[in-house]
Amino acid sequence: MREAEIRRLLAANLLCAVSIILAALVPAFFLDGFSVLGTHLTWLCVCSVCVATLNIILHLVLKPSQSPKRSSFAHKISRFLKCCIYFFMSCILFHAIIVLYGAPLIESVTETFLFAVLLSTFTTLQCLCLLGPNVQAWIRVFSKNGAMSIWESSLQITTVCSILGAWFGAFPIPLDWDRPWQVWPISCSLGATFGYMAGLIIAPLWIHWNRKQLTYKSR
Amino acid sequence: ELLLSSPQMQRWPVVLFLAWVCLLFFAGIGLFMSGFLLTRIELASSSSCSDPLVPPPWERQSLPPGSCWAPQRFSKAVLIIIDALHFEFARFDPAKVSPLPYENKLGVLYQLATSQPRHARLYRFRADPPTATMQRIKGLTTGSLPTFIDVGSNFASYAIQEDNLLAQLVQNGRRVVFMGDDTWEGLFPKKFFRSYFFPSFNVKDLHTVDDGILQHLYPTVDSGEWDVLIAHFLGVDHCGHKHGPDHPEMAKKLTQMNEMLRSLVDHLGNDTLLLVAGDHGMTETGDHGGDSEKEVNAALFVYSRTPLFGSGPPEEPETIPQVNLVPTVALLLGVPIPYSNIGEVMAELFSGDGDTVSAALQQLSVYHINAKQVDRFLQSYSLVAQDLPAEQLQHLQELFSSAVEEHTQLLAQVQGTMLVPPELESRLGGLIGRFQRYLREARAVCTQSWARFHPLRMVGGCILIASSCLLCYMASELAASSHSFYRSCLLYPLLWGLVGAALLGLAHVFTQEGLDLLLVSSWAAAASQLGFFWHWWGQHPKRTRLAGSQPPLASGGPRQRLRAWLGLAFPMGILFFRCGAMFSDSFVVAEARVTPFLLASLVMLLVGKLHWDGRLTVPEGPKQQLLGFSSYRREIWYLLCLVAMLLVCVRLSSFFHQCREEIPQCRPSVFLSPLASLRSTRAKNLFYLLCVALLAGLVYAVQSWLRHYGNLNSSDPLVLFVRWGFPLVVLCIACYWAVASSADDSLGKLQELVQVAVIVFPWAVYGLASVGLLLLLCNPMTVFAKDTRESAGSIVTPYLGVPSSEVDFLHVIPQIYKRMQESQKNRLERGSCRATVAAYGLGSVYSAALVIALTLLGFLLMLLHSERLSFAFLLLFMEAFVLLHIHTPVAGLLMPPFSVPWYAVISWILAASQFFYSTGHQPIFPAIHWNAAFVGFHLDHSTNFLPAVLVGANTFASHILFAVGCPLLLLWPFVCEMSSSQKKKPKKESREELQEVEEHMMEMRLRESPEKFSTALLRLGLKYLFVLGAQLLACVCAAMILRRHLMVWKVFAPKFLFESLGFVVSSICLLLGISLVMRVDCAVSTWFSQLRLR
Repeated sequence: MREAEIRRLLAANLLCAVSIILAALVPAFFLDGFSVLGTHLTWLCVCSVCVATLNIILHLVLKPSQSPKRSSFAHKISRFLKCCIYFFMSCILFHAIIVLYGAPLIESVTETFLFAVLLSTFTTLQCLCLLGPNVQAWIRVFSKNGAMSIWESSLQITTVCSILGAWFGAFPIPLDWDRPWQVWPISCSLGATFGYMAGLIIAPLWIHWNRKQLTYKSR
Repeated sequence: ELLLSSPQMQRWPVVLFLAWVCLLFFAGIGLFMSGFLLTRIELASSSSCSDPLVPPPWERQSLPPGSCWAPQRFSKAVLIIIDALHFEFARFDPAKVSPLPYENKLGVLYQLATSQPRHARLYRFRADPPTATMQRIKGLTTGSLPTFIDVGSNFASYAIQEDNLLAQLVQNGRRVVFMGDDTWEGLFPKKFFRSYFFPSFNVKDLHTVDDGILQHLYPTVDSGEWDVLIAHFLGVDHCGHKHGPDHPEMAKKLTQMNEMLRSLVDHLGNDTLLLVAGDHGMTETGDHGGDSEKEVNAALFVYSRTPLFGSGPPEEPETIPQVNLVPTVALLLGVPIPYSNIGEVMAELFSGDGDTVSAALQQLSVYHINAKQVDRFLQSYSLVAQDLPAEQLQHLQELFSSAVEEHTQLLAQVQGTMLVPPELESRLGGLIGRFQRYLREARAVCTQSWARFHPLRMVGGCILIASSCLLCYMASELAASSHSFYRSCLLYPLLWGLVGAALLGLAHVFTQEGLDLLLVSSWAAAASQLGFFWHWWGQHPKRTRLAGSQPPLASGGPRQRLRAWLGLAFPMGILFFRCGAMFSDSFVVAEARVTPFLLASLVMLLVGKLHWDGRLTVPEGPKQQLLGFSSYRREIWYLLCLVAMLLVCVRLSSFFHQCREEIPQCRPSVFLSPLASLRSTRAKNLFYLLCVALLAGLVYAVQSWLRHYGNLNSSDPLVLFVRWGFPLVVLCIACYWAVASSADDSLGKLQELVQVAVIVFPWAVYGLASVGLLLLLCNPMTVFAKDTRESAGSIVTPYLGVPSSEVDFLHVIPQIYKRMQESQKNRLERGSCRATVAAYGLGSVYSAALVIALTLLGFLLMLLHSERLSFAFLLLFMEAFVLLHIHTPVAGLLMPPFSVPWYAVISWILAASQFFYSTGHQPIFPAIHWNAAFVGFHLDHSTNFLPAVLVGANTFASHILFAVGCPLLLLWPFVCEMSSSQKKKPKKESREELQEVEEHMMEMRLRESPEKFSTALLRLGLKYLFVLGAQLLACVCAAMILRRHLMVWKVFAPKFLFESLGFVVSSICLLLGISLVMRVDCAVSTWFSQLRLR
């Protein structure tokens, strides 16, 4: 049972990783002069949209969190609206945190905001998919021994990896190498993306290796 | 008689231990500095035409018009400086079959030298380290050896203050035209008749400077409106930095230079001297700055259309030091040699066309002038500085006087034609040799003391600092309050150090060598460190056995130890990043943004980690477990708000940054300029009102904090000062700002009054602040005791007479508390006020003293900064306050009391360095706020001490405040104990009354266990010193390892200097802060004993 689930997780994560790679390559065939560095804003949009859609589809297909009771249509709608509001709020929050960390306040607001959207896609959107608009559950998942399924463990790992990637991505900015990718926010968004991809790959492997130690509390 | 005193904490050992550790660090810094920083004193004197050292009158009469000191040989000169022209670039070897990109490119030099051997010659041109362009330009014009710090009259600009070739040329009416590197603009402001400067900063740009020069060079040469033309090409150097010498670009660049020289030679007239020089060489990677063979080996080429040399060139090009160019050019052009020159004339250029005897006489006369000038310089230098060894100076003096004596004799004999040519020739040759020897030895003496790194000393300094750091770490882990600890870890090491120093002193007495104080102190420091480690090693096994009952890290399973180690790894990781950033010039330049980033990350990580470990949740009840939620402590929202406030403070503080020239697009903050510079009166008034309101707000905040904790009730002088003196200080500062920022011309008659007021108000602030600090030292108790006991008997302790043991001591304080508690209970029950001692503000007595001291210091430092930087100070106080409040609940969750965790110390120090930048400073000399030296003074300092203190206080303001406030990290959790537990209580009782209930002992808990208190203070101090020391160590290592780096003199060396000065200031202020706490403790002890006696 568990082996099969890990395999499903691996497949889902690999799909996500492949979609990110495709998001960097495919648009070049349709858009003139598209490149990750040159038209960074476009890439940010494309990547966020790709990852978001894929995540939602995967969630609908795989249904990792079995909700015990069936809910009404109205309930579903309100849930969806709540999710949207949460996502938007998380974008604003990420934007604020990035600015507080030293990003320019007025210049390149669009870049900063899209970077915040990307980060939200990598982190908040997954939480929304898996846990719903339930902050208490989020808080539970992000504490030691808080994960209750391998999906939640994977969520922990990818989220932390994306944020760490974004954090490390800020390191090369002050260097005097004059490379195009040192411009704000390219190195950070690339860092976040690589971190997310690394998280996607690490998560199933780590769960596989630690499957003996991982004992999830059943609800 | 009751002569009971409360249990004593060990005050002196703690302070002594910290002072000893500080001294160890100072010895390391001193040792490193003596090996790394080459210093020299600049003399203000300059040579002039009428100096008495010119030749005897009979020779002087023959001087042609327009000549000084020696007859002018050329009326014009062109100096082409090709930056980083390595000797190998200029050499041409026709036998080479396949030359490297940089070889055989300057063919024109070879052609000229072979076709006209008496007109042209190539030399090896040895540069003196440091081989950075600015230092080399200084060397090439002053004839001296510029060091990193040329102690002159003015630090604020790079302009050369010393006498130099350009100054001499201008003084003697020559027109100097310059084109090229804009470094010269800063070095010689307003010296040029005409100038074309091009930006030198962008190392990646190979062509802007060169193309700019080429555009102007030939028209200027042809116009004839110049006497000396200097062109400084940068392309070769930039090409080296960008591509390295072994690259096709270098071939192109050198070919371009070749073409330039070829056509330039065609444009020259007969009376023009052409000099082509490299200011330094380059390494294989294209860098320079150090003293390796490749870096110092530059090229010099001399050419003129009239014959210059008496004979053909030697086989192998001669090697001459760079400074030799200065006297040679000066005398060839007929101007005086610059005062501080230590170069030797290139005699072969003075031989002329005559026979050997007249040539030798000519050479002798220039040598004579040169030697006299060098002797004059050495004498005046030895009067102001002692860094040249006396016995060597003595030896040089003897050499000089004997040579001069022989010179006079010989001249007299030549006058009387008593000598025949062969003998004359040999005697002339001999005398020239003696002058040469004198000049070379003089230069060698100067080089030895000014231009050489001492690698051994640098490594020694590094090792001393590193082992001091290790010592700090180990002692902070092991410190205990037992006597044996102080004996083995303080007393014995000190004895070891003394013995080491004494042995060295004895050795010196026997060997009769000069005693170098620095060396002795560093050997003593090393010996005492050895002593520490030796005794620590001896104690170690015993300690682990003893400490078995309460082990911090020692026992427990490997997993537990790993966890403890991981917990340590997270704040240390941030510290590691901070230290690593010192090794990259880009990160040092961007440090103003790096530190806030790391600080924010540290705090966010801390909260994240606490959450991850589940410390923020309360243990789950069965009901909550069912729901799958975990409920939260109420603190979490409070904590998150605090973190948000901290982030906002950190971000806002970045609006006060100063700029460095390395970031050209940066604009300095508008808040840095004084109010007086504002044009609009409205904006000025608005800002002024804001600043004053801010000061008043600060006073109000401090007073209400003190009132909240009951420290503002007594009628002691200190409390009165806080009540009335603080507003007075603010009033004085406000008046000073008003006077200083008013427009000068609008006041008319009041001008004189303003002049007085500008002096009086700062002095009033200085006076008031020192009165406040003195009061604080004399009686730091801010406690109001209401003694309503009926008789002294009610609180008599059961111990009569002198206590027999320490155990008895320990009983006394709880006894008093018990009494107080009982009486309180009685009072509450019966509603009567019998037999109580109500001590208002006893619970925060330590912090109150520190807060008062910090506020006073803050006022002083704000006075020294420009008005609008008081916003930055407000942010500083707020951030410190927020940090303390974040630390308080976290400390309660994480650690046992009496120990300050690492993350708190590291965040405190990160905040200190963040506010170094946010108060408008940068670790470079032009960014120092020199104005601070004249707050309260009228440009008339009799000594250098006061301005140094004022400027130092201005520069290290944040270091001072944070270091003095460091003990608050330990005290704050105790102070806040009340406010957290108060919430649970109904608020019926007034706050003051609550404080003396026994549950709210606050800082008196510290007094209850004095040994733990002193240990905690010692550990806190050691941790603080360790973190500071780690940063310093990183700086020192960066400066040592990267001493050949392009940016060493612009980035790493100033950073090292500022960091080490900051370390010294911080450590002294840390000692002062801890001593203040000790002083308060003394006062509390006497207060208690008086209370008991009453």
